[in-house]
Amino acid sequence: MSAAPPTEVEQAGRAGHAERAAAFVANGPRAHWHDEALWWVRAKRDRAAGTIPEWEALRDLAARIRAHVRSNLADYLEQFERNAIARGAQVHWARDAAEHDAIVHRILSSHGVRLVAKSKSMLTEECGLNPYLEARGVEVVDTDLGERIVQLARQPPSHIVFPAIHFKKEEIGDLFHEKIGTPRGLSDPTALTEAARQHLRRKFMTADAGITGVNFAIAETGGVVVCTNEGNADLGASLPRLHVACMGIEKIVPRLEDLAVFLRLLARSATGQPITVFTSHFHGPIDGGELHVVIVDNGRSRLLADPSHRSALSCIRCGACMNTCPVYRRSGGHSYSAVTPGPIGILLTAARSPSANPSLPLASSLCGSCDDVCPVKIDLHSQILELRQRLARAGVAPLGKRLAMQLASRVLRSRALYEAAGRMLRAMLRSAPRGLVENRWNAWSRQRALPPAPAESFRDAYRRRLDGRGARRVDGRGPRG
Amino acid sequence: MRDAWTDEGPVDSRRAILEAVRAAAPPAAPLPEIGRFARPTADPVGEFAKALEAVAGVPVRVEDERALRAAIDGLASRLGAKRVVCEVSAAAPGDVRLADLPDAHDLEGVDLAVLPGTLGVLENGAIWVPTDGLRHRAVFVVAQHLALVLPAAALVSDMHEAYEHIRFEGRGFGTFIAGPSKTADIEQALVIGAHGARSCTVFLVGAAATPRE
Repeated sequence: MSAAPPTEVEQAGRAGHAERAAAFVANGPRAHWHDEALWWVRAKRDRAAGTIPEWEALRDLAARIRAHVRSNLADYLEQFERNAIARGAQVHWARDAAEHDAIVHRILSSHGVRLVAKSKSMLTEECGLNPYLEARGVEVVDTDLGERIVQLARQPPSHIVFPAIHFKKEEIGDLFHEKIGTPRGLSDPTALTEAARQHLRRKFMTADAGITGVNFAIAETGGVVVCTNEGNADLGASLPRLHVACMGIEKIVPRLEDLAVFLRLLARSATGQPITVFTSHFHGPIDGGELHVVIVDNGRSRLLADPSHRSALSCIRCGACMNTCPVYRRSGGHSYSAVTPGPIGILLTAARSPSANPSLPLASSLCGSCDDVCPVKIDLHSQILELRQRLARAGVAPLGKRLAMQLASRVLRSRALYEAAGRMLRAMLRSAPRGLVENRWNAWSRQRALPPAPAESFRDAYRRRLDGRGARRVDGRGPRG
Repeated sequence: MRDAWTDEGPVDSRRAILEAVRAAAPPAAPLPEIGRFARPTADPVGEFAKALEAVAGVPVRVEDERALRAAIDGLASRLGAKRVVCEVSAAAPGDVRLADLPDAHDLEGVDLAVLPGTLGVLENGAIWVPTDGLRHRAVFVVAQHLALVLPAAALVSDMHEAYEHIRFEGRGFGTFIAGPSKTADIEQALVIGAHGARSCTVFLVGAAATPRE
């Protein structure tokens, strides 16, 4: 192993999620607004899920279909390839991001492409495709409105479904004024969207190729499915003669009928819509055109080999775990410094490269809300806990935390020590001067006051009740009926 | 040094990926039967209309083909549509024939596209539009406004039932369309007419199928 200089990701990792989040929460009203906006999406998701009596059965089916695909993935990939080629598509395989980018560039340059209309694809974000192509003289226009906003602002997306969720409409107005020449001071979402429509329609009409992601790839038909609300993927894939669709190896579903399960879950989980406006099934190119499907591994087969984390490959990128996550909502997507933020982003980033961004598994309250909303039943919070344990074993945690954990472990293993420590802390919290308890070294008292300590522990209270009522009434209320 | 290249990419990548995936495969897990979730309904057309309105589409009942022609003419004049593509044989022919356009980019400026749908889905207001028969499939997303024509008898309960009817032959392309194009990327404010159609009118023609058990 050579001592390579730290990558950008590692550098960012040193700052840590908490430090990056500090910048976001420094603007209180903004952080609160972000929190509310996402909670609103979460509430819409709940209403949509609530209209489907078989919701839990669908989640269960989705998880089982994904598990089945993982156990037969190589066969399904081969079947997909065979059928896609029979339908007139060309299939390419890329082991990593570098190969992916090189393949896409080769396809584009062999057609003399200068301008590409790209629709949303987290995979191409992961592979750094845009800067790669731009460095080689190809202009890439992100055509999803949110993605175009962050592209014009030269920022990464902060959410996988709402890339520009961290922007205020006034800021978008300023950005559009500067970059696409809208009148100064425009902040009406309808007017801004109309301006973007006109601006991007011109791009669509002159693009030489379209690049899309893939939501699902159907093994039995060799088709790929792309879901959008705006219609941008369809414009990009149906106007130019060249369509390049990039997919991770995990996107496979075996049968056409499996799509029904995932499509019923996807939009309801993502935005609370019953289905996206456009759900397009591509089998082969348009007349006289070419369809290229690029199948990418980039660490996924390694994730597949990891029994603790392979279920992260079930993810359908709905973003529900972000919308519900109390940490994501209050810290913003950029604080993760990862391609995919939020609970699933923690898994995908850390499971692939545990040391790159070691603070990520700490960016969770472990409340488990993500597990409850995940449409494919990934046990996100348990896996985040497991990642923390891995990091602790690897000795990545800071010294202070390691010592504190060792102390806690000693205390929690001994009943006598635990009870004594509790008595001592309660006494101290009641009598010690405030400055001794709530100071800058106590993270628990930042931005809030500690509640008054109770006079007795639950244990003491429980014992007292038992003594008064007889030993059998363990629930404290006495037997019912 | 990377592997030798073919047009499909590095020659060893396919093998390497498949080998890695095979080696990493977890123990066998059976592919589940999906089953059926459809519920009987007394008023499929009414339910579909409600679902369509919820996704900002406009349902219009028409009795027969003659009424359809009049309804489409009415829509075109209300929209002030000058260039109309109509791919529904039962309706008036429209002004622009797809077969006459050498290139899909010539679709720019089409005000209204009238296209046939083959299925309507009660649970979400989506309509299946197979566009592989069209000279330019881009028409459904380039046109400023969209009208879909659907037999009222072609309604299905949910996506499971929809896929029972969908088959792809050859270079098959088809899309579920659920209302006009939309976005909420600016402060979560819903805006109709993102890149595709600014409105989506659905003509439900004829009588509904008799309610199923």
